[in-house]
Amino acid sequence: MEPSIFIEQIREIVKPYAKNSDALATMNVSTDFINDLKINSANLVDVVLDVEEKYDIVIQNEEMERMLNVQAAMDIVTTKLKEK
Amino acid sequence: MEAHIYIRTMTKEEVLSYLPYSKPFLFVDTLEYIDENSVKGSYTFDKDLVFYNGHFINNPVTPGVILTETMAQIGLACLGIYLLKDTIQQQQPGIALTSSEVSYYLPVYPGEVVNVVANKVYFRFGKLKCQVALWNEAGQLVCDGTLAGMIITDKK
Repeated sequence: MEPSIFIEQIREIVKPYAKNSDALATMNVSTDFINDLKINSANLVDVVLDVEEKYDIVIQNEEMERMLNVQAAMDIVTTKLKEK
Repeated sequence: MEAHIYIRTMTKEEVLSYLPYSKPFLFVDTLEYIDENSVKGSYTFDKDLVFYNGHFINNPVTPGVILTETMAQIGLACLGIYLLKDTIQQQQPGIALTSSEVSYYLPVYPGEVVNVVANKVYFRFGKLKCQVALWNEAGQLVCDGTLAGMIITDKK
């Protein structure tokens, strides 16, 4: 998947939960969901559930624990989509 | 029956024993029902509860935040403990309310009994989200909404 396409898709997903609008606007692959976007851990669960729904995949607990920035999310989603 | 059952469910009494609250901030008396998807419990608001002195002056009414807390203790804490089952045998779990969206329809006065029903929306990655409702003894809907919390067990 093109990083630029994924960033646009993930931006739409995190928009309701992100508390830092500047970081949301300048989102890139190294953007951290908690430290940069100021999403709390409870809302990060909803981000992951929305990612599952968007790409029709199932994220495991250990993948959720790794899914802390855009790059990690893109890697996990890309791997999951290849497995389908 | 002699068969060894390794995966067992908690009894209602066991669930209550793991609640990390005590008076004057315990708002669960009994659980009538619990399974992996729903819980039903009740609580009687003792007329001597301390907040009635100030909410309101000469007009004691149960605060809305306390009604929300009652729904959270039954709907999130009790159900969360039940869902964690054997993983919390060693310690009481940490519970943090992370979001609430509640509408209120009727007041609850000192001495009233309330019944709470919660239905699980999801329990994923430690987050429990429930639809909850609270009824008075006459069966009238007092408040309802959606609550979510993180149920945290130390992995130490």
